[in-house]
Amino acid sequence: MHAVKRQMILGVTGILMMLVSSVCFGAGIPDKVTINSIQKYYAPVSFNHAAHINKLKDCGLCHHHTTGAQVTDPNCARCHKNSGAQAVVSCKGCHTAEPFTPEALKQQRDQQPPIYHRDKPGLKAAYHISCLGCHEKMHGPTGCQDCHKRNDGGDAIFKSGKYAPKAPAKPKAAHH
Amino acid sequence: MIERRDFLKGCLACGVTAATVSVASGKAMAAGSFEGYPDAMGVLVDLTRCVGCRSCEAACNAEQKLPEPDLAFDDTSVFSDKRRTTEKAYTVVNKYQVADKETLFRKIQCNHCTEPACLSSCFVNAYTKTKEGAVIYNAKVCVGCRNCMIACPFNIPAYSYSSPLNPLVKKCIFCYDTRLKDGKPPACVDICPQQVMTFGRRADLIKLGHDRIQANPAKYVDKLYGEKAVGGTSWMYLSSVDFDKVGFDGHIQNEPIISNVKDFLGFVPMVLSIWPALFTGVHLLATKNKDGHHDHEEGDHQ
Repeated sequence: MHAVKRQMILGVTGILMMLVSSVCFGAGIPDKVTINSIQKYYAPVSFNHAAHINKLKDCGLCHHHTTGAQVTDPNCARCHKNSGAQAVVSCKGCHTAEPFTPEALKQQRDQQPPIYHRDKPGLKAAYHISCLGCHEKMHGPTGCQDCHKRNDGGDAIFKSGKYAPKAPAKPKAAHH
Repeated sequence: MIERRDFLKGCLACGVTAATVSVASGKAMAAGSFEGYPDAMGVLVDLTRCVGCRSCEAACNAEQKLPEPDLAFDDTSVFSDKRRTTEKAYTVVNKYQVADKETLFRKIQCNHCTEPACLSSCFVNAYTKTKEGAVIYNAKVCVGCRNCMIACPFNIPAYSYSSPLNPLVKKCIFCYDTRLKDGKPPACVDICPQQVMTFGRRADLIKLGHDRIQANPAKYVDKLYGEKAVGGTSWMYLSSVDFDKVGFDGHIQNEPIISNVKDFLGFVPMVLSIWPALFTGVHLLATKNKDGHHDHEEGDHQ
């Protein structure tokens, strides 16, 4: 009974959140983005998209050329100066969650023309390099758990919290 | 007299043949001739991306089922020391103050050489360089002599000093058993949030590394560490500062370690097989000559 209730509440909340995001910024631009690609170790991040847009204004800082923003990187401008807004703008639309599978490596190798987009980070790295790099510059939060709290799986692999080493090594001097 | 002359000729011929053979084989096995398996995998490590989160250490510990660490993997107090690999940690991250406000982190693990010195030094053939690029070892045949620990130019193999009955050498195996042989990247690469490590075919990574330098020449030192060091390693590195400043041996030789001893070792079989026969012959000849010629010489004088 409780389970059913909880599911219903979750479902309603989900629908409400979807409504809220589509209302605020018109079609397609979400206010909040849930990032949960490493939920094995960390709780999902509820990324406040709206706040970042308000602060940065320039979509191209994160979305490169895909939103149709002015391209400043001369290397990208060679092809994308006037390429306009793309159909796919989300991070995961281009950055694959599994960048090192044999298939992904083959695809990268066979790509035509064999010049650009060959050193494209995977999804997790795209987030971290982009977010953390900017946070360092703008003095935003940079600790791992400032953005995503570690869950039980994370504590287990990091040997932290209730999985902390039982007998910490004594300093060598203690023997004397 | 004729017999003696034949014997001498034979000895000379043998000597010449042996010398030629040793020179020829020496050339065929010339140092650095093994360019690596064509589809060997590797990892390109970009030091500029590492934030020192130690996730790689945690993932390695779990994947390789290593003993519990002394401190949790989110404890940054470990950075006060420069650590090395141990039987409990096949990879460690160290922190380097490279400028006033600039720090770099460097992950250490086996570099999986194309011509591994550990393999060359092992007299029970415990080590194997697999076609996937990993340098693995068979713990069952390891006798714990620790030659590989001395031979390794990167000080990687560790020793299970904690196990008095069956001490073994312990090191990173590129997650060969559980991942690499199925085409998957090692656990440290998989967990890294910053993709400090790029997994791929070694040949492709060399190109990728140079492309990354070329695309951003102000950011990187123009060197791909491991492309040539000790005959090439599967793990290669990019850095924004001189490699000496982040704990690398910047003056490491480009020739494989084995080429330091190959010429000498090539000589040993020849010396052992030819020299006894040669010099016995020479000795016999010399002493017989002495006895025989004395009479003749005396006769001639008279």
